[in-house]
Amino acid sequence: MPTLPAVRSCPFAPPDEYLRLRDAGRAVRVRMPTGSTAWALTRHADVRAVLGDPRFSSDRRLPQYPFFAPTQPSAHAPARISLIGMDPPEHSRARRAVVGEFTVKRLEALQPRVQQIVDEHVDRMLAGPRPVDLVEALALPVPSMVICELLGVPYADHDFFQTRSGLLLSRVPTVEERNQARGELWGYLGRLIDAKAAAEDPGDDLMGRQIARQKAESGGVDREALIALGFLLLVAGHETTANMISLGVMALLSRPDQLAALRADPSRTPAAVEEMLRIFTIAEFVNARVATEDVELAGVLIREGEGVVALSSVADHDPEVFPEPAALDFDRGARHHLAFGFGIHQCLGQNLARQELRTVFDTLIRRVPGLRLAVDPDELPYKDDAHVYGLHELPVTWD
Amino acid sequence: MRLIADTSRCVGAGQCVLTDPDLFDQDEEDGTVLVLDGEPAGERLEHAHEAVRLCPGQALSLAE
Repeated sequence: MPTLPAVRSCPFAPPDEYLRLRDAGRAVRVRMPTGSTAWALTRHADVRAVLGDPRFSSDRRLPQYPFFAPTQPSAHAPARISLIGMDPPEHSRARRAVVGEFTVKRLEALQPRVQQIVDEHVDRMLAGPRPVDLVEALALPVPSMVICELLGVPYADHDFFQTRSGLLLSRVPTVEERNQARGELWGYLGRLIDAKAAAEDPGDDLMGRQIARQKAESGGVDREALIALGFLLLVAGHETTANMISLGVMALLSRPDQLAALRADPSRTPAAVEEMLRIFTIAEFVNARVATEDVELAGVLIREGEGVVALSSVADHDPEVFPEPAALDFDRGARHHLAFGFGIHQCLGQNLARQELRTVFDTLIRRVPGLRLAVDPDELPYKDDAHVYGLHELPVTWD
Repeated sequence: MRLIADTSRCVGAGQCVLTDPDLFDQDEEDGTVLVLDGEPAGERLEHAHEAVRLCPGQALSLAE
């Protein structure tokens, strides 16, 4: 039986083992690193179907929940689960309480600040030595600063979050290291929320507004729920966008025709962002579910209690939906990709991610026209050891 | 064609607003969908079809 997860041999395509799973059938039994078995789904239509089906649960406490790492068993999950581990109706209430923070209009109002943050980092990069690691100079600090400001978490502590967040999304650490990182972040957020809750004005930021809202509704603050929410947004806000920025810049620098197309017509950047999200589809470990009843799907009978992994990276390379899927093509109109998932758990921060990606690509193209890779593309260190695909480093220089 | 939104299923992903901001908006409080034109025609109807296809909560539908 094939074992998940596998690593990519090419950054522009899913792991070869996953492509073989696709060839083996619509639903294939696989073994997870914890030793449990699950159904792996690979077709775009099947992945959409399972993620949009209320008969599949996201509850990580269920015995057959298919974890992607041996050190991620349910016993080590936080006491309070976050949005991504909830089912309706609990999930619907919790998501609705926060989703107003991420509306398209709210993010448009945030755009000047995002542009300012990107410009400040590009200024600093251009004033510094070259070559420079674009991950350190731009890809990581931009989303880090944006999510800190949005949440109301002091950016001065960013080294602390980045290291813990990186540990939690890596497949390398031991159970103890992972638990320690989780515990430290949990404790930090608890102290932050206590301080905000005790203050007369909890602050005009996401956490402050959640605290004010809870106090107005119930007179108290659900401390554990707020920690779980802050934890999810902080961890998800760090690695995902950062890795998409570095992979996207790598893609532009190694595909001169596509870079030239964007330079000639910046209005195409939103379409370019969708295509990059599709081709890389960097985070699929969250697309694991457990059937809560017998369901016929993808041509098989999935029994109650069985685990399912929806391989979105393969679905986003389904040749019937995206012809020549490994070709980066900004004109293909890739908006129906599954890089942010599908169904009720589709990424809460997806439009913030789009905005940051668009702003970074536009700004680099405009302000650093001579940007190029400082090493041979084959030497780039990819994250084959993490839940979220990306680059450890991206050495760049400019003329 | 009538464009119908089931706000109880809406998860506020905003894919509809990104598809056509003249056709959709979001509630400021809870981010749920607001339909600005319940009987879209022409290009707006094409956008409505696209939004129905993209909606992750499957909250949108078109009916005769």
